[in-house]
Amino acid sequence: MKIATKLWIGLGALIVLSPLGLLLPEHFKAGAAWGEWGMDEIKELAGYVPKGLEKLAPLWNAPLPDYALKGWEEKGLSHLSFAYIISAIVGMAITCIAVLLIGRLLARKGD
Amino acid sequence: MHIPDGYLGPASCGFFYALMLPIWTVATRIVKKTLKAKQVPLLAIGAAFSFVIMMFNVPIPGGSTGHAVGGVLVAILLGPWAACIAITVALVVQALLFGDGGITAIGANCFNMAFVLPFIGYYLYKALSYNAPLDSNRRVLAAGVAGYIGINVAAFLAGVEFGLQPLLHHTADGQALYCPYGLNIAVPAMAGEHLLIFGWVEAIVTALVIKFLQKQAPELLKEKKGRG
Repeated sequence: MKIATKLWIGLGALIVLSPLGLLLPEHFKAGAAWGEWGMDEIKELAGYVPKGLEKLAPLWNAPLPDYALKGWEEKGLSHLSFAYIISAIVGMAITCIAVLLIGRLLARKGD
Repeated sequence: MHIPDGYLGPASCGFFYALMLPIWTVATRIVKKTLKAKQVPLLAIGAAFSFVIMMFNVPIPGGSTGHAVGGVLVAILLGPWAACIAITVALVVQALLFGDGGITAIGANCFNMAFVLPFIGYYLYKALSYNAPLDSNRRVLAAGVAGYIGINVAAFLAGVEFGLQPLLHHTADGQALYCPYGLNIAVPAMAGEHLLIFGWVEAIVTALVIKFLQKQAPELLKEKKGRG
């Protein structure tokens, strides 16, 4: 088997396992990453919501916020895990295609 | 380590975009000279790997979470400039599609994770594995140390970027406008959790993949000239 094939299989395994990155923090009651709190959390932690932060934070409406599907927030961990896998596939596919295109534009041909 | 929108003030956001522009330009030029067409699929695999490994949030029970970046590994295999491009793409996709890391903070996040992390890791690996046979344990160890130090320097810098905000931007009565925590809290928090936990995740991931490649594809570990 070619090494590239083995690496693709490895990536596939990581996709399937990716919900661990959602479920383990949930299980161990770990909050957000440091400095990545939402408005409610920061109010609780700092006692106030900084004014500039409040203005800038909602600047961008991501189509799959936090690797989840919009409107699925209350649907439980199995749905969230499924959305997490879909997000991994979509994100990796777009990343891959973008790098392949950039690479094709840049790379030395012929060797 | 994905700084969201609102945590850095406009000055910092602009500064890091301005800093990254020439770095991205140089990266493009150097990759154009050194990357071979047949290496492009490996670079795409590396970028996808970095994307997905960042989704593996590791919990500190009752505390926060963090993750590996995988950037040192990409740098070891394809050079730091190619790694810079690959990780930049992963970070931009994460910001635009998934809201992971802010749009305004793409410059800063790329500086930490797509520039500092792979470059520190790459040169450290190169120094520590100097003249080591391709199948030696020294290479595995060098990869682990490079991963650990690379992500820790990046996390330290993220802590400094967070921590400078209350000094740069505050109201007349002292309330912060952006990140509310100063250097005395942000730096120990970011550095501490990466030194204790997340740095080891990057170290183990980097070392394990190098170990795997020693057995499966040692040709990928050969030193190449002119890519650093």
